[in-house]
Amino acid sequence: MTQNSSTSLSTKTASSPSWSVESTAAGVCLTIKGKWTALTGEAMLFPQDALPPAKAGQTLTFDANGLDGWDSSFITFVWNVKRAAGQASLSFDSQALPASAQRLLALLPEKTEKPAPHQENKEGILAHIGGATLNTLQEIGTVSSLALQVVKGAVQAVRGKSSMRLKDLLVDIWNAGPSALLIVSVVNFLVGAILAFVGLLELRKFAAEIYVTNLVGIASAREISAIMTAIIMAGRTGGAYAARISTMQGNEEIDALQVTGIPLAGYILLPSILSLVIMMPFLYLYGTMVAIFGGFVVSMSMMDLSPIGYWLSTFDGVDLSQFAFGFVKSLFFAGFIALAACRVGLKAGRSAADVGIAATRAVVIGIVGVIALDAVFAIIANAAGI
Amino acid sequence: MSDQETLISVRDLQLSFGPKIIQQKVSFDLKKGSIFAVMGGSGCGKSTLLRSIVGLLRPTEGQIMVGGDDYWAQDDARRTAINRRYGVLFQNGALWSSMTVGENVALPLEMFTDLKPDAIEQLVRLKLGLVGMEHAIDLFPFEISGGMRKRAGLARAIALEPDILFFDEPSAGLDPITSARLDDLILTLRDGLGATIVIVSHELPSLFTIADDGIFLDAVTHRPIAHGSPRELHDNCTIPEVTAFMHRSASIPSQTEQKAEQHV
Ligand SMILES: Nc1ncnc2c1ncn2[C@@H]1O[C@H](COP(=O)(O)OP(=O)(O)OP(=O)(O)O)[C@@H](O)[C@H]1O
Ligand SMILES: [Mg+2]
Repeated sequence: MTQNSSTSLSTKTASSPSWSVESTAAGVCLTIKGKWTALTGEAMLFPQDALPPAKAGQTLTFDANGLDGWDSSFITFVWNVKRAAGQASLSFDSQALPASAQRLLALLPEKTEKPAPHQENKEGILAHIGGATLNTLQEIGTVSSLALQVVKGAVQAVRGKSSMRLKDLLVDIWNAGPSALLIVSVVNFLVGAILAFVGLLELRKFAAEIYVTNLVGIASAREISAIMTAIIMAGRTGGAYAARISTMQGNEEIDALQVTGIPLAGYILLPSILSLVIMMPFLYLYGTMVAIFGGFVVSMSMMDLSPIGYWLSTFDGVDLSQFAFGFVKSLFFAGFIALAACRVGLKAGRSAADVGIAATRAVVIGIVGVIALDAVFAIIANAAGI
Repeated sequence: MSDQETLISVRDLQLSFGPKIIQQKVSFDLKKGSIFAVMGGSGCGKSTLLRSIVGLLRPTEGQIMVGGDDYWAQDDARRTAINRRYGVLFQNGALWSSMTVGENVALPLEMFTDLKPDAIEQLVRLKLGLVGMEHAIDLFPFEISGGMRKRAGLARAIALEPDILFFDEPSAGLDPITSARLDDLILTLRDGLGATIVIVSHELPSLFTIADDGIFLDAVTHRPIAHGSPRELHDNCTIPEVTAFMHRSASIPSQTEQKAEQHV
């Protein structure tokens, strides 16, 4: 049995791999034949029960004279044999195998290790509900304390002793404001135009077309522009904040801040939240104007009213308090979106996939939250008679 | 070394992620002025141990005593105050990516000192100069190589002249010359600033030159299996896992190293 027998030229070249087991006086001999090069099917499997019963202390040997070339499929097979031999308390003699195969085999552990257990939650439904409730309460606590820290940071910033860098704030303000103008314009213009179009069709039936100015003005100032702008910003800026912070998390940048003792709330969260809270109300006001303009364009083409008349009628019909209401709402929307996005980012895991998950989650929470908040505002306004 | 003051004393520490125990019964004393090596195969929990000492991961059992106080029993403010004495170099540098290298080093100085901007600039140049990175002062982290990031991270770690420095694999990914310079720098920091250093490293030559105490963590039993300086462990220790680690340049990879690597 020479080690290089596998290269002998006499064997057929394309012979398919095969193996057989025989009991011998000294133990078991495994004969291996053929070309074990393609990663093909069954030959790689060595059934655990394929070894004939043998006495402990006997040896498993190989006859590899018929082996004609091999790759990792062969090693996989022999590794299986080795483990089966271990279980049958046969000692394993691989001397007859090609030398390089022996070396590869020596690298592999004798026993298959159980893969490190992934954390799984196997709990009853009650425990699940209880856990979820506790988590929610805890989360509310965490977010509140974050919000508190951000407010503290803001107070410090006003006093002039802040960890926030002005540059970061300006960059964030630019991203949350001027660079969002285009999309805010497009969306609000279209919404205003659609409102006017649908409104005109209906109002025409009652010969009350002139009230389209009130419809568009009040709807956009009070509700639509505030919500639309908030949804746009939740998708645009909220998602970006969450992605940015969770990337910093994966990169250990957040850890580095924490270890250095730089307050996260003041340094990372404050500029993000402040910039959105500052810019959103202005975006809202701007969006309202654009929506009214959208309504104006449609109305001009569909009804008989002078341009000046349209604007006069709008300002006559839409009370300033409607704007104030929308303005205050958009402040809250901004605070909510930014805080939720930052929290989601900070909570994210460390892998690349986690960044995507965090961004998605921030957007979803932002949009759903904004609509829920809006409902709360509607109830309050109704109760207060605004 | 035993006559010297103990800065940090780790007692029966257990570190775990959920139900998975990474290390347990970890105990050692960090003496003032020493260079302490944390050794062990890949994935055995060296970085995790470091993270729990610097306050990023709460241990599940045991104490870390810093100057007589149980670190993890303190409130956040007190822990932050203790952390002011620490400088940490993370395994991949962990530079703040929105800032230039210079701003990275300057930020802790701006936060925690009342220095004037030009004094800060001088200090930043000095720290970057020490690690051979002065030329990169205006570059952003994504514009520099992995080894440079690490050196910049080192400059940032020493910005506030910390008492205790924690290095996670400082020389991995550096060329031999820079790596040797780094060893010199670490020794100089110890002697010049009187700093105490905890270092995680696989670089045996470095460890032999600089470390004077250490602990060897085992990935299979999840416990420390040897204490002592790398030199002592190399010369006297007979535990197979330790000798395999210490003499690995002369031997083929052993089973233990294999097992440890599977956890990576
Ligand atoms: N966030 C985590 N969640 C779960 N397990 C983790 C987490 N981080 C690390 N681990 C596990 O903890 C163990 C130790 O990891 P650690 O990073 O401390 O190893 P290390 O000794 O520093 O290795 P290396 O030399 O490769 O850096 C690993 O087995 C790893 O699987
Ligand atoms: Mg590590």
